[in-house]
Amino acid sequence: MVNKRIDEPTGTETVGHEWDGIEELDTPMPRWWLWSLYLTIVWGVIYVILYPAWPLVDKATEGLLGWTSRGELAKEMSVVDQGRVKIREELARIPIERLPQNSKLFKQAVAGGRSAFQVHCSQCHGSGAAGSQTLGYPNLNDDDWLWGGDLKAIEYTLVNGIRAPGVAETRNSVMPPFEGAFEPAQLEAVVSHVLSLSGKGRRSASGAKIYQDNCSVCHGTSGEGNRELGAPNLKDAIWLYGSSREQLRDQILKPKMGRMPHWSGRLDSVTIKMLSAYVWSLGGGEEFVEVAANPAVTVDAEP
Amino acid sequence: MPNRDPSRASSAPPRREDDDIDPSIVVEDGRVKTNEPVSSAVAEPEATTLRHEPHEPPRQHLPTKLFEKRTKVHNKRVDGPFRRFKWLVMFVTLAIYYGTPWIRWDRGPYAPDQAVLVDLANRRFYMFGIEIWPHEFYYVAGLLIMAALGLFLVTSAVGRAWCGYACPQTVWTDLFQHVDRFVDGDRNARIKLDAAPLGPRKVAKRAFKYAIYLFIAFWTGGAWIMYFADAPTLVRDFWAGDAAPAAYITVGILTLTTFTLGGFMREQVCIYMCPWPRIQTAMMDEKSLLVTYKDWRGEPRGSVKKSKNNPEPLGDCIDCLQCVAVCPTGIDIREGPQVGCITCALCIDACDKVMAEVGRPRGLIDYATLEDCKKEANGEATRPPWKALLRPRTIAYFLIWGSIGLAMLFALGVRSHVGLSVTPDRNPPFILMSDGSVRNSYTLKLRNMESRPREMEIALQGLPDALMWTDTTGRDAAARKQTKMVPADQVLAVRAYVIAPPGTKTNEFIFRLTSSDEQQESVETKARFDSPGDGNEE
Repeated sequence: MVNKRIDEPTGTETVGHEWDGIEELDTPMPRWWLWSLYLTIVWGVIYVILYPAWPLVDKATEGLLGWTSRGELAKEMSVVDQGRVKIREELARIPIERLPQNSKLFKQAVAGGRSAFQVHCSQCHGSGAAGSQTLGYPNLNDDDWLWGGDLKAIEYTLVNGIRAPGVAETRNSVMPPFEGAFEPAQLEAVVSHVLSLSGKGRRSASGAKIYQDNCSVCHGTSGEGNRELGAPNLKDAIWLYGSSREQLRDQILKPKMGRMPHWSGRLDSVTIKMLSAYVWSLGGGEEFVEVAANPAVTVDAEP
Repeated sequence: MPNRDPSRASSAPPRREDDDIDPSIVVEDGRVKTNEPVSSAVAEPEATTLRHEPHEPPRQHLPTKLFEKRTKVHNKRVDGPFRRFKWLVMFVTLAIYYGTPWIRWDRGPYAPDQAVLVDLANRRFYMFGIEIWPHEFYYVAGLLIMAALGLFLVTSAVGRAWCGYACPQTVWTDLFQHVDRFVDGDRNARIKLDAAPLGPRKVAKRAFKYAIYLFIAFWTGGAWIMYFADAPTLVRDFWAGDAAPAAYITVGILTLTTFTLGGFMREQVCIYMCPWPRIQTAMMDEKSLLVTYKDWRGEPRGSVKKSKNNPEPLGDCIDCLQCVAVCPTGIDIREGPQVGCITCALCIDACDKVMAEVGRPRGLIDYATLEDCKKEANGEATRPPWKALLRPRTIAYFLIWGSIGLAMLFALGVRSHVGLSVTPDRNPPFILMSDGSVRNSYTLKLRNMESRPREMEIALQGLPDALMWTDTTGRDAAARKQTKMVPADQVLAVRAYVIAPPGTKTNEFIFRLTSSDEQQESVETKARFDSPGDGNEE
């Protein structure tokens, strides 16, 4: 037991310890302070009874109120979902080609599409929708479209997919492999001709001849491509599988052809609409009316 | 806090007589120690371990005391110049607090017409002619720095004047003490009522008093939320039950805290809870004005009668305890400067009145600096207290405080009311278009800080061959300039596409935003145009 004494100048007792002559005053707490301590103890007991508190092996004790943070989250999510119901109804009603006229709804569709894109599309097309040339996933930001770039064409592609097995309406076409069809010199000539279409190489008369015989059916006589068949435009600056002679040769001999799953049945029609709006809004979207005037794409416009 | 009960020191249990212990020796931790003064000059080795023995009375075992019961303060009514000044400060501060949200200020059709409004939902702060946006929060930081420096200035000049007059805790405590006096009577009546058993009369009085407390507390909480929404609308919504839950919760919490802190905790807040007395004490020096009892004049104390019989050795203090009776924190100023003293100067009023009655000069308790006190005690010439305000330290604080204020006013006066921020897309950094040209995308934020819609023009500077279009215009409208209508007091987000012909290299350029009105306010923001470069093409 330590000795306590009264410190004379202040009249307060000391704690009883001494460190080289220095002693500490034991100024008593005010009583209300003590009460607030008891109050926190009472609060703690009530809290432990009402809320999850003691950690057990696989979970904590359940409080009397049955509150959980997951339940709280689910509640908040359902509130948000309910808030979206109206927008989804409006989106379901509006024909997709008229969506850009309703700028408020369009903005909401783009925002919804952006988050759906991150979940369902970014695995191949990348989170910035820039695609990948090495893997052959197209860049969705540019103005080059294999199957059409107006809202209806994009929606059709999303619904039915590209070369999706077992989907009747899927976008389908095959580029035949030309392995063994050409002599090496002929192959070089056709590669030169294809490069010359976009001003990247010298024109070659023999190449032009081979091109007209073998390629122009799908890619067009001047290389403009055909969206009905998903045949790429060979005149532009964009090359899905690369523009080097090596890459062109590979593509002619053993063509790579992209596939995209169909999303009908997996995503509801409103989400697909939002995804279409998002992809369309990335900077290369085409006007529906203008494209309809182009006979090559009218087929895409059919549902 | 010093103990105000001098009898406590001797109220410890007396030593048992049969103990028969030499009082000059104590046993501590099994070792015998002496209570006699031990000099370090003593050559015995053991003495070096004992020399710090405190030279105090014999040690005693005391009953452990966990807490101190609060002695309720019943301060007496007093009148005088300081009390009147306190009335004035109380009236002005309460009027500002309750009244400010109701002042109207016309800002046109696009902005609220409340003079002082913290619009949290829309992130705007309005103060008369000034509107602050979140990105200008440094003005608020500047105001806080000014407030801090202002307190340094006040403290170094007049000590704890903030505590004594303007602190909300002081003002509301004062208000509630007036309620006590109005309902229960002055000091003696209140002490009597406190001691009286609980009867119908006491219950009625208490209920009436607490009802007034509650009304003031509720009004205080209610006034607070008026600063955060349009006051007349909020009052209507509040009583109709349509206000936000946060409004009711805030009013509830503030009612509770005002009721407790103003009605019951009072001086306990200053003494135990508030850090400010400690900080202020550290900022005061011997040149700061504070409320001082001039003990060289007052001591030894004695009544008038006693001094008549024995005039020579008695001082001016007649020990009437009026200074203690009027004190709102219940301290005795004659014990010297202490943490419980908020320097409200009510004891000066009380003492001056008594001195006038007994025909002695005023100022036995007075505002004075410790330095002047020393001089006065030595009989040297003194100066009037206000001269203590002018000294290098206070002047330096004032100059810093004033220059920060002027700098902020200047910055407010010349600030631009348009703004432009540019966020380039980095994923992907550039897009190759089918014609070989390169496109970069940017998110532009066009800021219009005026309370009216403004037409603004975005123009490209640099990148001579580049064109620009936006998400609402389409590529057909690509040009060097685009015009946008920015809504009043809003930020408009615009997605801008900048396209440059093939072969354009990665380059810096500038977006320039100009308001198309008579102000022609203009801002420039640097941006970078990324391109695939030369190596990747072939």
